[in-house]
Amino acid sequence: MTLIELKPGQRSRIVGWTSAAPPARLLEMGMLPGAEVELIRFAPLGDPIDIKVRGFHLSIRKSEAQLVEIEST
Amino acid sequence: MAETVPLQIVRRVALVGNPNVGKTTVFNLLTGMRQKVGNYPGVTVERKVGRLAGEPPVDIIDLPGTYSLSPKSADERIAYDVLMGHLEGETSPDLVVCVVDASNLERNLYLVSQVMDTGLPCLVALNMTDAAEEAGLHVDVAKLEQELGVPVLPLVASRNEGIGKLKYRMRQESLPEPARPRWDIMPVVEEGLPFLTDHLDGILPEHGRRIEVLQCLTNDAMLDHWARRLPAFHAAILAERERLEGLRAPYQQAEIMGRYNWISPVVARVVQRSKADTELTVSDRIDAVLTHRFAGPVLFALLLLLIFQAVFTWATPAMDWIEAGVVSLGDVVRGAAPSGMLTDLLVDGVIAGVGNVAVFLPQILLLFFFLGLMEDTGYMARSAFIMDRIMSKVGLSGGSVVPLLSSFACAIPGIMAARTLANPRDRLITIMVAPLMSCSARLPVYTLFIAAFLPTGTILGILTWQGVAMFSMYLLGTVMAFVAAFVLRRFVFNKGDSSFFAMELPPYRMPRFRQILWRMVDRSKAFVVRAGKIIFGMSIILWVAATFPRAELTPELAQEARILEVRKAERVEGLKATGMSTEEAALLIDEQFAEEDTALDARIASFRIERSVIGWMGHALEPVMRPLGFDWKISAGIISAFAAREVIISALATLYSVGDADEDSPLLREQLKADTYEDGSPVYTPLVAVSLLVFFVLALQCMSTLAIARRETNSWKWPAVMWLYMTGLAYLFSLVIYQGGQALGWG
Repeated sequence: MTLIELKPGQRSRIVGWTSAAPPARLLEMGMLPGAEVELIRFAPLGDPIDIKVRGFHLSIRKSEAQLVEIEST
Repeated sequence: MAETVPLQIVRRVALVGNPNVGKTTVFNLLTGMRQKVGNYPGVTVERKVGRLAGEPPVDIIDLPGTYSLSPKSADERIAYDVLMGHLEGETSPDLVVCVVDASNLERNLYLVSQVMDTGLPCLVALNMTDAAEEAGLHVDVAKLEQELGVPVLPLVASRNEGIGKLKYRMRQESLPEPARPRWDIMPVVEEGLPFLTDHLDGILPEHGRRIEVLQCLTNDAMLDHWARRLPAFHAAILAERERLEGLRAPYQQAEIMGRYNWISPVVARVVQRSKADTELTVSDRIDAVLTHRFAGPVLFALLLLLIFQAVFTWATPAMDWIEAGVVSLGDVVRGAAPSGMLTDLLVDGVIAGVGNVAVFLPQILLLFFFLGLMEDTGYMARSAFIMDRIMSKVGLSGGSVVPLLSSFACAIPGIMAARTLANPRDRLITIMVAPLMSCSARLPVYTLFIAAFLPTGTILGILTWQGVAMFSMYLLGTVMAFVAAFVLRRFVFNKGDSSFFAMELPPYRMPRFRQILWRMVDRSKAFVVRAGKIIFGMSIILWVAATFPRAELTPELAQEARILEVRKAERVEGLKATGMSTEEAALLIDEQFAEEDTALDARIASFRIERSVIGWMGHALEPVMRPLGFDWKISAGIISAFAAREVIISALATLYSVGDADEDSPLLREQLKADTYEDGSPVYTPLVAVSLLVFFVLALQCMSTLAIARRETNSWKWPAVMWLYMTGLAYLFSLVIYQGGQALGWG
């Protein structure tokens, strides 16, 4: 499953990326296989989302979250 | 014989760090007001250098806040080039201070590990240790020092704690040992590295070779410049990429994974948690309200309302004082200096011109104050979070909201606020469309023409036509800004990597008013200096254009002036006969004739300006502007409004010989209404007024905006494009409105 399928408050672990060339910025911010992620909330209009990874809050768009594969919960 | 003074080489220290870690606060505390701000050559990255006073002096370079040194953006490129000594005429710094957020160690150490790879002496300034303790995170400083192999200094920059020690370490004669990389890359990549670094033998200093190879391996922009400088190395890198691809080794991510594989265990060893990671912090609780599905947008709207209220209402008294001050300064100068051309130039050109800039200063200061408050507390990122969905539809991002809204007050702070956008394309598009938002300089023009030419009745009993017209002006500008953004995104900036959005939502923090005021003054200074210079120059040019060539008065006008003088002289003589002194009599008569004097002076001014360069240009432009419904006077007014929009009012006042007038002057309104063409038809119809209003909504008539856009984009290309497309739009819209209106018989 992908990151977008989490519900607010749910946590999981990143398994990998569905894209061959994931955005380098997100990798550098620590969104690597093995890292824990929590979906905190959706923005008021549904996009982007607020996630917590490696202890900090990061906002990414749904289109990017779709590229992140996570362990099924 | 002069003594030989030993040449003192000033130590250079670079500050690096992620955004939102308090790096700028540290820099300000270290250097105070001894800062020089400029741009790096060829890019729009701000270059900030300051001096740590005392003995021995130290120069501090504040590098842009970045998450990485691997050059993907201009900021990262500059940070990397400065550290590696790649910039022309500059060597690597003697010491690198990494400012690190203690409450967010893992991600922050990523950048530190890259800095350690450069082999430069470095030390870690562990900032925000108070916030970390609050979040239940205790960092074992001694252990961290040991793990990293570089000195670590704990700090709380917001409370000025630990800064003294940091200063001491920066000055200390013995620098820390050059840092060494402590992480390992996957073996398959590692085995190819020695062969590649050998290529750079004798070209780069030893400490810089390995990191350069790693950069080139994954980054085309980094590799490209070697194609000409060292083709063999270029070819070797390409061959290595092919080898790794053949082995299906994920070498693109190898570096990032290698670094985190080292960092994560280090963090686990040095950080003690006393609270569960799942526990909600104060910041999380605030976020639950401020980014709440319903409350979030409502609170954001209320905040904007407050800012608008402040900028448009609270600033008014200060603006009135400045206006009055400029006028009385002009009067004082005119009273003290001998009357003549030079005094006219000083008062009407220089003082009035500078006044045109200064009058916006209260609004700009207030706006920068609120922007600083939003940034400092961390709310700016939330506003982008809330608005991103809407803005991405037109090709902008959530971060564009605040710059665009600021532009309702003035495009200059708006364009400067676009710096907060990390994506260069989003930033450029925001800059390009910001001047379409109706700024406060347009307001007097709207006021004058709407009050003079639009009906006063009401619609549906509550709304007045004039209010609706005013609102429509703002709406038109905003809609056009979105359309322009959409078109730019779709047809001009449609190449390159697909835009992605990764924005940190930093924890909320108490605002530090000193920092906010500091930044407010800093940014306002940039506005005053940049815009001031241009407006100053343009005001003089416009004054000259409106004054020369100085036409001879017609015999009739000269005659009238003489008659008035004679009449006054006669009356003075009459009063003197009653025993009054000459001076008293002259004063009394001047008072009695004040109205006639002003009226005649105004007619002479109007006569002269028609024959001046401006008047001539207005006539020359008239054939082009007639299809929009504009006569030569409006055309001349538009030309003089090129420097600043509101100038059209004083220009029209002169052309209609009204003396001094502002947008509320009933006299100017009446004059405009009464003006006719030779055939007796009125110059201004409501249709002409609408056409003119629309022209002012869309045209870029502001030298300062062009100047600031030139500074922010570092080229004349984008300001030129900006001027052309906006003026083109203005012409097109006014043309369609006037011609269409006439065809429908609304003339």
